[in-house]
Amino acid sequence: MEIPEIKRDYENWEEETKALIKKYPEEGNLKTTWSEEVKRLYTPLDTRDYQDIGFPGKYPFTRGVQNTMYRGKLWTMRQYAGFGTAEESNKRYKYLLEQGQNGLSIAFDLPTQIGYDSDDPHSLGEVGKVGVAVDSLYDMETLFDGIPLDKVSTSMTINATASILLAMYIAVGERQGVKREKLRGTIQNDILKEYIARGTYIYPPKPSMRIITNIFEFCSKEMPLWNTISVSGYHIREAGANAVQEVAFTIADGIEYVKTAIEAGLDPNVFGKRLSFFFAAHNDLLEEVAKFRAARRIWAKIMKERFKVTDPEALKLRFHTQTSGSTLTAQQPENNIVRVAIQALAAVLGGTQSLHTNSMDEALALPTEDSVRIALRTQQVIAYESGVTKTVDPLGGSYYVEFLTDEIERKSFDYIKHIDELGGMINAIESGYIQQEISNSAYEYQKAIESKTQIIVGVNDFKIEEKNPRKTMKIDDTVEEKQIENLKRMKKNRDMSAVKSSLENLERVARSDGNIMYPIIDAVKAYATVGEISNTLRKVFGEYKESSII
Amino acid sequence: MIKVLVAKPGLDGHDRGAKVIARALRDAGMEVIYTGIRQTPEQIVQTAIDEDVDVVGISILSGAHMKLIPRILELLKQNNSNVAVFVGGIIPEEDAAELKKLGVIEVYGPGTPLSTIVEGIKGYFEHANV
Repeated sequence: MEIPEIKRDYENWEEETKALIKKYPEEGNLKTTWSEEVKRLYTPLDTRDYQDIGFPGKYPFTRGVQNTMYRGKLWTMRQYAGFGTAEESNKRYKYLLEQGQNGLSIAFDLPTQIGYDSDDPHSLGEVGKVGVAVDSLYDMETLFDGIPLDKVSTSMTINATASILLAMYIAVGERQGVKREKLRGTIQNDILKEYIARGTYIYPPKPSMRIITNIFEFCSKEMPLWNTISVSGYHIREAGANAVQEVAFTIADGIEYVKTAIEAGLDPNVFGKRLSFFFAAHNDLLEEVAKFRAARRIWAKIMKERFKVTDPEALKLRFHTQTSGSTLTAQQPENNIVRVAIQALAAVLGGTQSLHTNSMDEALALPTEDSVRIALRTQQVIAYESGVTKTVDPLGGSYYVEFLTDEIERKSFDYIKHIDELGGMINAIESGYIQQEISNSAYEYQKAIESKTQIIVGVNDFKIEEKNPRKTMKIDDTVEEKQIENLKRMKKNRDMSAVKSSLENLERVARSDGNIMYPIIDAVKAYATVGEISNTLRKVFGEYKESSII
Repeated sequence: MIKVLVAKPGLDGHDRGAKVIARALRDAGMEVIYTGIRQTPEQIVQTAIDEDVDVVGISILSGAHMKLIPRILELLKQNNSNVAVFVGGIIPEEDAAELKKLGVIEVYGPGTPLSTIVEGIKGYFEHANV
């Protein structure tokens, strides 16, 4: 059918429908997450021609980064885990690997992420709570005991102290006889989103960007299989951003990293291949699928047009997805299994490379082993039973999904243009613009819940009287004491002069324009602690202080 | 006018909830100060005293609440402060009960309507006659 005919038929149909809805009015929340009206029906009139969609594995990668996608290889099922001591976490990792998980994802506690040792006053109450406590190489050796680093790929959620934890991972690999060029995995290493949303920054943006560039350079030379950054929209979304803001701000962060690396003399055709992304999967299934497709297309265009990248591998946006923690409810937590299933399906239909599914009890506490297993099983059911893996990009060509993909792309480019006008992402963050945009969206969303424009099942509707509190996981209070004891014992047994000289060397390199990765590797091998190394760099770089925006 | 300090103790950077609550309290006619993230108990208590607030609203999701909140309560007591302490976050029920014994007025978990929190604070001042 030709476009004029479709237009005529569509208009007739709309007329007829308008008469109908006088009798049977429409209801419900009929808006996108960025508050635009969703049309009653999408037709070929709403989509562009198929050149923008293209083919999987081909520019602009709307339909996926590989030709065969899940027909060739399923996504990596990777559950984020870590708590208490290295010993306990090591047990959980082994359990997850036995259950069919094929990659590790390490959660570190907040002191490790912010560069404080477990016995630092700042660490009071936080040791081993939201992740595993790592003070020195000693803990890292325990953490990966019996886990062959040449067989697993490891993702580490670590940012301000990424250089230190990567250095420790290299050292553990060496102990196991695995060379650094054989190690596979990812460090999150995305400091910009820490200033925006997640909060585990240490140094001001400029030296932080220098450290990241040092890591890029080091890895391009020494660790060809390592993903040097995971540019993360996840935390931006969880902090309250809508789907467009998630894509736009993440890509804008990505632009900043690429710019900085190019300025430092690195070739985006090389390091571009080792950039990866990390997005959230929320409940609005089709909008989320469109979001992933749009993100791929935007990134490919930016790398090609703005940064003149020619190697197709360096144009591909590869991403990890995690289902949304903020959509999980403490009320009727079993319902969360269903939410996670819908979100995981969105990630798979959107072409994710790896996936973490949240556990149903996460709004209450850290997940129990049983609930983690259900979360992993959810992925396995999608992979092996749902049939969505049989063909590549099964929703491609859906008028609605294609329309949303175009729309998210267009609106993201508007934001990116505005951020460019503000002088780039660092300025946009320092001025508080990004945080304010997200905070506004978060507040609007909460008000929609209050007014019941947005229904949350079990929370503001369909409520029940809930019985006794369920069994949740608790971190033993003695973890902090045990960890501090271990740290003290480790400190007694190490060669203090080696520690001192390695830290002095690190300080010297940090003050020069050298690459700090090499002295950090020497320092961790001498059993210098995360706190000692971070404090050395604090002396050189200073600390960031945010201006809090509400 | 009720004056509230919204505070984020510890190293936890997740402050979506703290910011949303701060705005809701402000929209409900209260005067609101937000400390920003990564405040020590000492800093929070000092700000509460310097700013002469009526309420401290503590937001915490990292699991460090049983170490940090009792410390804040103790420091307030040492300073002879009678400010009312409310808590929000992921707090297991047995911990919430313990915190209330120690003097916390109310503990709000995930999914609590904003109106409940606003009414909770207003109600406290109406009934307590302070």
